Amino acid sequence: MTGLIGAVSQVVLVAVGSPLLAGLMRQVRARLEGRAGAGVAQPWRDLRKLARKEPITPHGTGWVFRLAPLVLAGTVLVVAAVVPLVTTLSPMDGVADLFAVTALLALGSVALALGGLDTGTAFGGMGASREVTVMALVEPTILLSVFALSVRVGSTNLGAIVTSAVHDPLEVISPVSLLAAVALAVVTIAETGRIPVDNPSTHLELTMIHEAMILEYSGPDLALIEWASAMRLSVLLGLLASLFAPWGIATAGAGLAAVVLGMAALVIKVAALGVLLAAGEVFMAKLRLFRIPELLAGSFMLALLAVAASFFLA
Amino acid sequence: MNLTGTLFVAALGLCLAAAPAAVLTPRRARPLLAGAATTAAGLAGAAAGVTALSGQGWSARLDGVLPLAGVRLDLDPLGAMFVAVTGAVAVCAAVYGVAYARHGLDGRVAQATPPLFVASMLLVPAAASVSTLLVAWELMALTSLLLVLAEHRRRAAVGEAALWYAVMTHLGFAAILAGLAGFAALAGGETFEQLRAAGLPPGARDAVFLATLAGFASKAGIVPLHVWLARAHPEAPSQVSALMSAAMVNMGVYGILRVGLDLLHGGPAWWWLLVLGAGALSALFGILQAAVASDLKRLLGHSTTENMGLVLIGVGAAGFLASGGDSMLAALALAAALLHVVNHSAFKTLLFLAAGSVLHATGTRDLDALGGLRARMPCTTALFAVGALAASALPPGNGFVSEWLLLQSLIHALPTSGVAGAVTMPLAVGVIALSAGLAIATFVKAFGVGFLARPRTPGAERASESPPAMIGGMALAAASCVILALAPATVLPGLSRLAASLVPGSGHPPGPVPVSGEVTLRLTGYEGTISPLLIAVALAIAVIGLLGAVRLFASRRARRAARLWDCGAGPMSPRMEYTATSFAEPLQRVFDDVLEPESDLDVTPTKESAYLVESVRFRARIPDRIERRLYDPVLAAAGALGRAATGLANGSVHRYLAYGFYALTAVLVALAVIW
Repeated sequence: MTGLIGAVSQVVLVAVGSPLLAGLMRQVRARLEGRAGAGVAQPWRDLRKLARKEPITPHGTGWVFRLAPLVLAGTVLVVAAVVPLVTTLSPMDGVADLFAVTALLALGSVALALGGLDTGTAFGGMGASREVTVMALVEPTILLSVFALSVRVGSTNLGAIVTSAVHDPLEVISPVSLLAAVALAVVTIAETGRIPVDNPSTHLELTMIHEAMILEYSGPDLALIEWASAMRLSVLLGLLASLFAPWGIATAGAGLAAVVLGMAALVIKVAALGVLLAAGEVFMAKLRLFRIPELLAGSFMLALLAVAASFFLA
Repeated sequence: MNLTGTLFVAALGLCLAAAPAAVLTPRRARPLLAGAATTAAGLAGAAAGVTALSGQGWSARLDGVLPLAGVRLDLDPLGAMFVAVTGAVAVCAAVYGVAYARHGLDGRVAQATPPLFVASMLLVPAAASVSTLLVAWELMALTSLLLVLAEHRRRAAVGEAALWYAVMTHLGFAAILAGLAGFAALAGGETFEQLRAAGLPPGARDAVFLATLAGFASKAGIVPLHVWLARAHPEAPSQVSALMSAAMVNMGVYGILRVGLDLLHGGPAWWWLLVLGAGALSALFGILQAAVASDLKRLLGHSTTENMGLVLIGVGAAGFLASGGDSMLAALALAAALLHVVNHSAFKTLLFLAAGSVLHATGTRDLDALGGLRARMPCTTALFAVGALAASALPPGNGFVSEWLLLQSLIHALPTSGVAGAVTMPLAVGVIALSAGLAIATFVKAFGVGFLARPRTPGAERASESPPAMIGGMALAAASCVILALAPATVLPGLSRLAASLVPGSGHPPGPVPVSGEVTLRLTGYEGTISPLLIAVALAIAVIGLLGAVRLFASRRARRAARLWDCGAGPMSPRMEYTATSFAEPLQRVFDDVLEPESDLDVTPTKESAYLVESVRFRARIPDRIERRLYDPVLAAAGALGRAATGLANGSVHRYLAYGFYALTAVLVALAVIW
């Protein structure tokens, strides 16, 4: 029962809180750049406004274009129910492991890339092409980091990995864990389209990845995509926090109070990571598109080192 | 004769009867007759395979059929699995072929050969002696060669592809012949029972394994013996491409399993690391070529090389783990590989048939010239989407399940398999991950550029939906993809039992099955669960819930059609769309050093000034680098040798008589000295 409540609270928290996380990050950037900022709740106000607008279907687009935002948001919601953010006792825990979670997130990106291609504009094609290129190069890093983390517990099951880290906090500062953490952090930045891989606030076609794909979306469809992107960022940051700083998560035998505590811990951890990411972005510029593979190759090396360390230091 | 035997003989009989019947019937009735007979044969074959896999084996001995050796057949579980897959693929291809034949393929040879091809592919895994296997293998090569040549009058490329295929398949045959003949000679008998019982010295075992591995790997399109595959499979008529790419390549895997694990009972670790390495190289090289290909059927051919590579990674890991004594994990890796064989056959059949529909409707396989088929061919588009989802190994597709199992077997191998394993397993996981990522890019390109957006040429503009029989064939393949994706437990118990019994050192009776469970799949002895059905259900609930929420909370105004954003510059032409080539350009640039693409640019200036351009011509080509480095020098040397040899033959009869005289004298002298 606690597990079910925890899983539902996780989904609700991600659904409601992620636009606020986006707002918080924009606010931090604004303050650091000397601007006043629009306030933490601005993304919610944007979403409300977009949702009330007239839905528009550009000429020549079809069911793929319409379905893409729904699939994107659907995959993130499923992932939010599966990964241990508030509790490791989610009834969905055995359904999908870390491999399945990354594959589900990739499915969301694929849906959006196909939506971009369906418009038949050069922007849509360009965005889709760049997105899948980055995704193809990110994949090895993700799976190798998963591999490194799974060696200790002998399973890729997320609940098992997090539970083991909760019970043995010193594991978190082992070389395996640290190397995997850096590799996964780079991957998270690439997957969520943040600086230095992509710039979420750009409107210059030479540099766009994500924004180029969704150029033709408007109204409720765009609201769905913006919301899903924010959820994706919070789920990935939450996952990073759970894997490498699992304190506060409700584990086996926990009651309702632990779930509430877990929710508070999640909010604090994800907000801290978000602030850190936003502050980092202020001091960085976006990489040239064809320098991104170098960054990802670097993260792949770290992941490979993590696996090697997990064997040779064990 | 038991049920298995009856069904299997019925399947063979139908195939063998269909061939002469197709020759004798008039042109109009021919495709229907041949198609119906092949469909029935496929159904009987698949049923025979399933009954044999569930324990009811069958064997037969026909002494009078082949001179000297006779024919020996034995449907054991390993062979039965490949018989079942071949039968299922044959059903889809045959149903589809009834309508596809209207496309100028209703000639006698084109209609009489496919049943024989299917019969040969049913015979190969059922053969229980070296001579039977070799005869069936050669029959398979010859019938498929005839089918590759079916359209040779229409395209010049067919002849070249068939020549490559003929040479490569016969070199492979020679390698298998040498390996198995040597094996039989050393064992003192040629039936598989005698081979199994024979104890060979280690050097001879290595030689037999390496020779047969080369031959079987070339049939499976494994790098560096893959060059024929991406040429021959696309040039064959599409239902034949499906048979070749989804059923025939499996025979290579079957051969490696039969000889390596069954007849030789496994071997030293380096055999299997070699298999694993070849598989990893094929997976990466195949999918990289597919990612930059713009010919739809060629892309699918390269993807076959990739998937066979993934299968061999599983087979290699299984052999390697078994040589280290870890038979449970070895069985898991083998079950993953076998499941991937089944999954690949299902989705590759579907994809090749859908590619054939596109070719049929538009007259082109060039992705750069396609587009806009979503509105013109809705069924084909939806079916291709199912296949593309499976091929890119994303949930809820069936490719995901087998890749998940494969990854599980590799990651659990790390702690137990020593330093060789500690180096190999992470790299294998990296290879699988990169090939999965590139497969996503490949199939987003194939589906997004080929089927979505707007038509890029008049041919694509005029496309219309395929006839019902073709859609029926594709729908059968798509249905099997969906069943395999949502309920892999329909085939996994049989495959797991087979894998557990096949792993050397598993003992009698074999150990527990490596994967179990109905809805949620569980690994035995290791922690790891997944539930493909529940993932799909959760995804469906989430999407439907979101649709409801959007209806409820968002604007309820009707959807309005609007212009695309064209930067205010007027209507956009299809020439402004991204093409498959431009889509793959970033990947091509990233893998520049591996692919070595060639491009040349001709700029013609106007007469008046060197700075004003009259026309610009750009050509880009991505040659197969392995072919260029490995095959071109050999071919050039053979050509040079041939030209040099013409000097010996100048047409003078005196000279030829002199050659004869000298040669005879030389032989006599040699004999006199040696004797």
